[in-house]
Formats: sequence, C-alpha cells, structure tokens
Amino acid sequence: MAELTNRERMQIQRQEMPTQEPEARVGNFDEVALGLTWELARLEAERCLQCAKPHCVDGCPVGVTIPQFIKALREGDFEGAVRAMQQKNNLPAICGRVCPQESQCEAYCILAKRGQSVAIGRLERFVGDYSIRENSNPPVPAPPTGRKVAVVGSGPAGLTCGMDLAKLGHKVTIFESLHLPGGVLIYGIPEFRLPKSIIQAELKKAVDYLGIELRTDHVIGNTYTLDELLEEYDAVFMGTGAGLPSFMRIPGINLNGVMSANEFLTRVNLMKGYRFPEYDTPVKVGRAVAVIGAGNVAMDAARSALRLQTLHAERQRLTAADEPIAAGEVHVVYRRSRAEVPAREEEFHHAEEEGVIFDFLTNPIAILGDERGNVRAMRCIRMELGEPDASGRRSPMPIEGSEFDMPVDTVIFALGTSPNPIVFTGAQGLERTKHGTVVADHETGRTNKPGVWAGGDVVTGAATVISAMGAGKRAAADIHRFLSDPASEEGRSKKED
Amino acid sequence: MYKILEKQVLSDVTKLMVVEAPHVARKARAGQFVIVIADEQGERIPLTIADHDRAAGTITLIFQEVGKSTQQMGELDVGDGFYSVAGPLGHPTEVELYGTVICVAGGVGIAPMYPITRELKAAGNHVITIMGARNKSLLFWEEKMRAVSDELIVCTDDGSYGRKALVTEPLKEILAARAAGGDEVKKVWAIGPTIMMKFVSAATAPFETPTVVSLNTIMVDGTGMCGGCRVAMTDGAKFVCVDGPEFDGHKVDWDNLLSRIQFYKAEEQQAIEHWQHAEDHECNLDVAARELAASGES
Ligand SMILES: Cc1cc2nc3c(=O)[nH]c(=O)nc-3n(C[C@H](O)[C@H](O)[C@H](O)COP(=O)(O)OP(=O)(O)OC[C@H]3O[C@@H](n4cnc5c(N)ncnc54)[C@H](O)[C@@H]3O)c2cc1C
Ligand code: SF4
Ligand code: FES
Repeated sequence: MAELTNRERMQIQRQEMPTQEPEARVGNFDEVALGLTWELARLEAERCLQCAKPHCVDGCPVGVTIPQFIKALREGDFEGAVRAMQQKNNLPAICGRVCPQESQCEAYCILAKRGQSVAIGRLERFVGDYSIRENSNPPVPAPPTGRKVAVVGSGPAGLTCGMDLAKLGHKVTIFESLHLPGGVLIYGIPEFRLPKSIIQAELKKAVDYLGIELRTDHVIGNTYTLDELLEEYDAVFMGTGAGLPSFMRIPGINLNGVMSANEFLTRVNLMKGYRFPEYDTPVKVGRAVAVIGAGNVAMDAARSALRLQTLHAERQRLTAADEPIAAGEVHVVYRRSRAEVPAREEEFHHAEEEGVIFDFLTNPIAILGDERGNVRAMRCIRMELGEPDASGRRSPMPIEGSEFDMPVDTVIFALGTSPNPIVFTGAQGLERTKHGTVVADHETGRTNKPGVWAGGDVVTGAATVISAMGAGKRAAADIHRFLSDPASEEGRSKKED
Repeated sequence: MYKILEKQVLSDVTKLMVVEAPHVARKARAGQFVIVIADEQGERIPLTIADHDRAAGTITLIFQEVGKSTQQMGELDVGDGFYSVAGPLGHPTEVELYGTVICVAGGVGIAPMYPITRELKAAGNHVITIMGARNKSLLFWEEKMRAVSDELIVCTDDGSYGRKALVTEPLKEILAARAAGGDEVKKVWAIGPTIMMKFVSAATAPFETPTVVSLNTIMVDGTGMCGGCRVAMTDGAKFVCVDGPEFDGHKVDWDNLLSRIQFYKAEEQQAIEHWQHAEDHECNLDVAARELAASGES
C-alpha cells in the first residue's frame, strides 16, 4: 500500500475480530476470538498515526514500544515487529488476549478521543501468534554466570522473572505447587479465551532454549520452606499469586452446590472437567446458576457454566436416556451497576451475546437449601448507589424491603482473592500487609528479607497479567544487578553445585 | 513420574504401594497427606502418608478401591508410576504423653492410624486400639497394630472375625468402665469412614473425652486454593486441606460433611461405568487383533 495521509488513515474503520458465532460457541470450549487475518491486521495497522509522542505507550504497564511494532507490522516486517515487541513483553500472544486494553494502551491512543482507538491488543495478538507459529526470535541465554535463582510460582510474574534471569545466564529453577505450570493462565482463564497450547508454547521456550528447570508438585512452605531455598540459592523470587478464595459471610455457604470460582474454574480448566468422563475430574453445574461478582473471574465462570449446561443438554439429547432438557440459565449477580463492571469490555460483551443474564444492583443475603443440603434458592436484596464517598466511588446500599428469592441450584462466588499463606510458613521475618500481601518495593521487587524478591498478585492482590509480568521483569533486572555486584559474591561458594 | 517400588495386596480392595517421592519423604510426618494423580487424565486425590523412609526417599500409600481413580491405581504394578505426587500437605498429628488413649480405626483407616498409634505408644501412652471393618476380608495389619498397642480389640460388623460389633460398642464400654474406675481415657483418635467418625464423636461426647478425627473430604488442589474441602464447624467453616486434616470431632457439623462428600456420587458412578466400558472395549480390540494376527499366520 502506498504511504497514506493521516486523513486517509483516519477514514479506515477499526477492524473487527472474527469470532465464533454465539449460538455455536456456547456448545464448545474452543477459542471465541479467532484472530485477525493478515488482511485485517494490515488495515488495522495502517490506522496508527505514528505519533511523535505516543501516549499509548504510557498506558501500557510495561511500556511496549507500540508505534514501532505497528510500523514494522504494516510494512510486512513480521520479524521486526516481534523484536520490537519482545524488548518489553515476553508474552504478547497472551497479553494481546487478556490485557484490559480499553483501560490501558487503547484508552490513551489519540484516536480514542476522536472515536475508536487503534486495536492495539488485536495487533499484539497477531504478532504474538506469528512468533509462536514461526518460532521467531527464540531467546538465547548468555554464558552461564554460575549463580542460582529459585522462582516460586509459575504464573506470569514467576515465568517472566525466570525467563529474563535465564537469558542473562543465571541458573533458574521454578517451583510450582500444582502439577502443571502457568498459574492463573492454566488453572483460571478458560480455553475459550486463552488456549492452553499458547501457554505450553511459551513454557517450552523457557525449558528448551533457556534451560529453566521446572519442579512441579512442590508446595513451598511444606515441601521446602523459603528459608531452606535461601540456603541453596543466591536469590529467591516469590510470584505465588493471590490464590485464596473468599466467600461471603452469609447463611448457607456450605450447602452443596455453592463453590468458589477458583474451584469451579480449576475443575474446568486445569483438570479438564468439561471433558469428563474422558478426564476423571467431574464438574457439576445445575440448571440455574448464579455467579456472584462481575470481574473477569465472574465472566469466565458464567461463560464456562453456560457451556457446560449446553454440552450437558446436548449429551442428554444424544443419549435420549431422559426427556430432553433445556440448557438452563446463568445469572451474574452484581451489587453495583453496569457502569462499574470491572471485567474486560470484550468479556462482558461476549457474555451478554452468549445469553448470560445480568442482575445488577442485586446482592445475595442468604443461600437456601433443601432437606438434602442442596441449594434451592438464593435470597437477594436490591441495591441502589449512594452518594460518592471519599474515593469518589458510589457505594451500593440495600433497599429496605426489596428482598426476593432467586431459584438457583448452583452458586459460584467470584469475589476477590488474597495470597495463599502456605508459602509464608518458614519465611522468617518476611514483612506483610494486613491484607496478607507481601511488602515489596514497586521498582525493584525487593522485600525486607535479604535475598528475597516478590512481585505480581502476591504483592498487589488480584490484579492483571501484564502488571504481574511487569513486576517479574523489574525484579529480574534488580536480581541481576544484585548478582552482578561483587558484594553478593560472598557466601557464593557454599551455594555452588 | 513417581515410580512404584513395592506393592502389597492388604485385602481384596486395599492396596499398599511404596512410591519414590524424595521431595515428600524428606519432610513427611504422621497425619499428613499427599495429592496423587494417576495419569494425565487423572483427578487429584488426597491420600494419607501411611509411612515414609527419608533415606530411601520413599513414602507408603494405602488406599481402598472405591472409585474409578483408586481402582485404576490399584491395577498399577511395581515399575509403573503415578503422574503426580504433591506434598506433604496438612498439619501433622500432635502426639504427647496423655495417659490412657484409644485409637479407633475403621476399614482403610487402619493404615493412617498405624503410625499415629506407634507414636502414641512410643511417647509412653497406654494405647488401646479398636479396629474394625464390615467383614473379615477388609481387615489387615492386625499383628502390626497389636505390636504398637497395649490392648487390641478387633471387631467386624457381620461377626466374620473378632467380636461382632460396631467399633463404638467396645469404645463406649471402655469409656464407661474407665470413667467409673476413676482412670478415665484422656484422648481418642478416630480414623475411618465419615459415618464411623461421627458416631465415635457422639460416643465420646457424654464423657467429654477430647476426640481427634481425620477428615476425608472432596479435594482439588489440597493447598487452600479452592475451598472445595470446606466443612462447617461450630466455630465457622474450615478448609480440611490446610486447617486439618485432623479436627476436634465434637466441633464438626457431621451432617454437613456427610452431605458434602455425596455431592459427586452420580458422577463417580458414571466415571466407573465409562472406564469399565473402555476396558471391555479394549479387551475386544485385543481379541480382534489377536484373531487377525492368528489368521494372518495360518
Ligand atoms: C479466572 C481469572 C481470569 C482472569 N482474567 C484476566 C484477564 O482477562 N486479564 C488480566 O490481565 N488478568 C486476568 N486475571 C488476573 C491475572 O490472571 C492475575 O493477575 C495474574 O495471573 C497474576 O500473576 P502471578 O504470576 O502473580 O500469579 P498467578 O498467576 O496466580 O501464579 C501463581 C502461581 O504460584 C503457585 N503457587 C502458589 N503458592 C505456591 C507455593 N506455596 N509453592 C509453589 N507454588 C505456589 C500457584 O499454583 C500459581 O501457579 C484473571 C484471573 C483469574 C483468576
Ligand atoms: S501489553 Fe497490554 S497494555 Fe501493553 S500494549 Fe500490549 S495490550 Fe496494550
Ligand atoms: S482442597 Fe482446595 S482448598 Fe482444600
């Protein structure tokens, strides 16, 4: 394409992502968004005005050099685009799919003010998918430094930190308590949003090119303590996330059919419960499901539940063992209004398209059971938004006398999560906040405990993939500084293999 | 893969396996458990660590074949292995010198009770062990238990071996007799089917004898991440995997627990049927393959 004028660029429409049709996709767990074709990606890339002072970069928590990668891309220089991307972001195929772009890079794009921002996330995904498909720009580790680093947790924070350190020549061992690495990417975010094959491709890179040792089935705090790791390694990075679920303190939460989104999603994703009985782990959803909360976790739970209902109805129809059943319904129950929904825009939109029912300004006050201890209904109360408080947020207040019973048989809590404290057993003196998160310097990831760095959800509480990656990157840089400092050489001999 | 180094058949449905898992053996203590996955399609199931050998880097697992996963695991042999073994998990048993104590073990619960009984005896307690099962064929380790107990009572529900009684009958007699004699039982441990632990706790309650039970709930991760293992207690819900697995039997909401462990009953049945069907199917295929090969040879 000949060089366009800015005027011409601004006349190009934002390119829509091809997706599976809603009616079809609720019957499978395959990816919903199919990715831009090269034709669409090129058109979309042409929309970028190549600003001299690109604001989009300010909006990205890791400062991806957005105009550079987009320029390379539209010139057809895919390898150049991958190189530009990888300066800042190790996992573009993942971020392109899960970043809340509408509140990050794309919110800052100059075009957003005049209509529609460049679809940065979709372009990022295009570049990431290309790099996986073509195995372009594989990482090359520096010569071995002889220093050893233990990384605890294999989510985006731990993986990024470990990969950056391994590239610098340090010997990295990642300890993971589950049987598969990847953190939330593998156990939480469903296949239809982030295919497991992408995470596996990235992990393969870590192992094959960077020689990272992955030790799964190691629950740090039990199997080894952090203090024991410090005896063996020159530095330890904690990226253990925020995996502890919370339930509401209302009557009935221990009834059968009430579960945390963590349990539900772990059964579905990590354990492949949607393929039961081919896979051994069962996952049960009833005909009427209520998901409490409206973040990404809630959207993932609601959309997974919808798919399980559809698959179940389909199986019923095929085996004709019983009367055919209707698929059922899934509600998202949220105490605030549509405007406050914290989920990514795209997930909300997809959930709505798929038929998830949203009950805004509604809050559960009790779960009611039958004589066998199974859920039969959820008692709710209507809410209204009060005056803005000090933080400017309008807090929801119950409307007296508005109680009603919602007939449901499954209740899934997708409220906040906090750090799992297991890792703190045998981590003498490590400072934590009253919320249970680790206190660490934002720029360096250093904790108050010598030799220990931390980053990601374990520091911030439940946040985002990209912020966890950013923290892992900054910590890796600081650990490298520390290991390169001759002062840290002391005591090194005792840790040598 | 975690290799199986030894296999024993303790009863028709109870298997013992010594498994290579040095990362678990180095820290394991009585009362703790591991999460085991049989193969890549497998589910995560909690099993008590019945014994361990730090020097050899092995742990001993004993399980009853109740569902698809345990049946499948029971078919594994020396040289085969498990896909995943994570642990040690949960809190270890606290053992002190109490005086007279009673260990009540039912069915496969005999296995995890053994190391606790051994430690109680070693700590100088007068240990009375009551072990029972539905019938004779489900009993094992009588002599091992006798060796670490001061008194041993064996019973079966159907009277096919030992005394014909539920374990709670001798338990109540001993509690009453000792209380009357001013030499009361200081503490009771109970490990076995949930319903048994419920009735043991009910039996000790009138005597106010502290009672420790080891709960066996549905689990997924085993590390506090899912809450699937939670059970109602008089002092709020607890996660069995991280707060337990041992609890004060008098605080457990047994009806809640009994209903929660039933939640996936239908699916468990479905899994067994699916698996047996697949096995039969494989057999037919094998037969067909053999027939084909034979016809080719002639
Ligand atoms: C369902 C769901 C959907 C989400 N969707 C999005 C989204 O669309 N976009 C977005 O940006 N963010 C999303 N998030 C948030 C995002 O996934 C997290 O912020 C991010 O994964 C945090 O990364 P992390 O590396 O800090 O921790 P995690 O990804 O939680 O990884 C921590 C790892 O440490 C392991 N671990 C914990 N304790 C121990 C221990 N003691 N020993 C050994 N290993 C241990 C855990 O098993 C886990 O593998 C979502 C989260 C969930 C749950
Ligand atoms: S990493 Fe996320 S925020 Fe940064 S440019 Fe990519 S999509 Fe935007
Ligand atoms: S098994 Fe998941 S929290 Fe206990």
